[in-house]
Amino acid sequence: MNIIGISAYYHDSAAALISDGDIIAAVQEERFTRKKHDASFPAQSCQWLLTHSGLKPQDIDYVVFYDKPFLKFERLLETYLAFAPRGFSSFRRALPLWIKDKLFQKQQIIKALQQSLGDQLNWQERLMFSEHHLSHAASAFFPSPFEEAAILTLDGVGEWTTTSMAMGAGSGITPMKSIEFPHSLGLLYSAFTQYTGFKVNSGEYKVMGLAPYGTPRYADLIKQELIDIAADGSFRLNMRYFDYCTGLSMTNKHFHRLFGGPPRAAESKLTQKQMDLAASVQKVCEEVILKLASDLKVKTGAENLCLAGGVALNCVANGLLQAKGIFKEIWVQPAAGDAGGALGAALALYHAHQGTRLKSSHHTKPSTQNTSGAYQPQDKMQGAYLGPNYTSNEIEAALNSSGASYQKYTSEGVVEQTAQALAKGQAIGWMNGAMEFGPRALGARSIIADPRSPNMQRQLNLKVKFRESFRPFAPSVLEEELENWFDLKAKSPYMLMVAQVARQHQIPLSSQQQQLFGIEKLNVPRSQIPAITHVDYSARIQTVSAQTNPRYHALISRFFALTGCPIVVNTSFNVRGEPIVCTPQDAFRCFMGTELDMLVIGDFVLEKKEQNPKLRVSYEAKYELD
Amino acid sequence: METIIELWAFLRQRKKIWLAPLVFIMLLLGGVLIIAQGSVVAPFIYTLF
Repeated sequence: MNIIGISAYYHDSAAALISDGDIIAAVQEERFTRKKHDASFPAQSCQWLLTHSGLKPQDIDYVVFYDKPFLKFERLLETYLAFAPRGFSSFRRALPLWIKDKLFQKQQIIKALQQSLGDQLNWQERLMFSEHHLSHAASAFFPSPFEEAAILTLDGVGEWTTTSMAMGAGSGITPMKSIEFPHSLGLLYSAFTQYTGFKVNSGEYKVMGLAPYGTPRYADLIKQELIDIAADGSFRLNMRYFDYCTGLSMTNKHFHRLFGGPPRAAESKLTQKQMDLAASVQKVCEEVILKLASDLKVKTGAENLCLAGGVALNCVANGLLQAKGIFKEIWVQPAAGDAGGALGAALALYHAHQGTRLKSSHHTKPSTQNTSGAYQPQDKMQGAYLGPNYTSNEIEAALNSSGASYQKYTSEGVVEQTAQALAKGQAIGWMNGAMEFGPRALGARSIIADPRSPNMQRQLNLKVKFRESFRPFAPSVLEEELENWFDLKAKSPYMLMVAQVARQHQIPLSSQQQQLFGIEKLNVPRSQIPAITHVDYSARIQTVSAQTNPRYHALISRFFALTGCPIVVNTSFNVRGEPIVCTPQDAFRCFMGTELDMLVIGDFVLEKKEQNPKLRVSYEAKYELD
Repeated sequence: METIIELWAFLRQRKKIWLAPLVFIMLLLGGVLIIAQGSVVAPFIYTLF
């Protein structure tokens, strides 16, 4: 049975293909259209799925959409009704969109399928709909390594649900409890994202990155005024302070008065206030998540926990959850946001039909031992390397047509050249194998560098990524070296766990340095690997396995042999506001538009100094800031 | 028409027939707004969607 799952029309549209329960491929539409968080129907993604798999449209048994438009419409109507006559301006803007477009989503999807996959088939018969949080839950549980697990999904809002708890066993997911709109941890976080001057639904991870610079001095105020948290983790928001039910903003004048002024203007200077607000909302969210997880543990008795939904991308909270040891193992869907809903919708339908557990993919390896010594079978996400891949011939043709100068090497030669360049302090664009599914670059479309360099963080932020200087970078560490460098006992293959740099590698701050505030702290080296060490000594860790990404593992191993450091800086291969590069052409364009020193695509190595200077492009202004 | 039939079935299944008059009024009002505005571009506040 072949099923395509689709997420679209809200943000991060994507398509995923499963065949007899095996995950075959998955990709986000933004990677093709080059429009960040693209919400349009994933036409190119669907076409690529068929090309990649060799299937024809008639081989697709079902197409599943990841949520239920009518249920969402019901929520919209009831919300307006509950708040009427307030909210007319929002109503006036939203309703025409629904009446003209979103209410007819089924027809819209059928039409889009006819246009992208052909009009010979009756797509109406094959089109199904899944509930938003069931899609998230299925994306968390079915690909996980567990036969049984508690499931927690948290996001802004789906149809009605904002938080759901369930138990997964075999081929079934049993819902247990849910929290409904307008009470939402994701929307609380988004409210602070907007108030601190970042974009809703894309700047949340910046708030998380900003939090360690601040102190949570507003946390008590948030708990007194904005959110009522029960002992079991369930919560209610005080809607007096929020505008999102009736207005065109997340927060209102009461919220602004409570925190002493209007929201920060986008791109204006960050102050200690924004840092303290970020630290405060982060602390409150962590408290809620820990309480929800504790309650779920008590109610299910499950050993393991699966997480999905946009809030599950909060890797600081995930790291804390891991460190608390409430559950033996935690597994987070790497595409935890709505893109992953496409995969979850397909898996939910398959298991509902088959009543069987997802079969092991032929790409995954047999069970292995994890670093803590506990038995931990591999998950079924294939390292999240589920996207487009290019042959050597395709890469060479693309480079030739771009006018690039390159050298071709053997696999060992590529590793040697790259490791030597890293050790010399060069910043390298690294494109290797199938693209990642989800928001994180995991060594298939990454910018990599030496983490030991004290200037690397600033240099990468300002000259390569063209982004805010406060933002930290993440480390890719050899799986087998994890515990020698970080205080983390479990693998983190998807860069979704934050933990401390091991004490022996930390550099204690002098009493004078401890007096520094905010971003001033950033300039003080805090460890032997300063480029990936945040101001609180934390790091957002990716463990690299020889099984899921052998060449990336070989590269870091060689860098380890050269330098004694089994870690490289890993940040997504793009500039600010740009989707991660997908094709060799995208990679070359980004290389020529930034201060990257070297580009590696498969077996091809390109040095900046050997490129025709006329091919340089002014690049960063092409993308709207995120 | 098919969407209206499906919406009716949905309201019945959800035991929310009481929403039907509201849906009817909103469809009318929405239609008027579309004609008046000529555009359906809305700001990105994702709870609206």
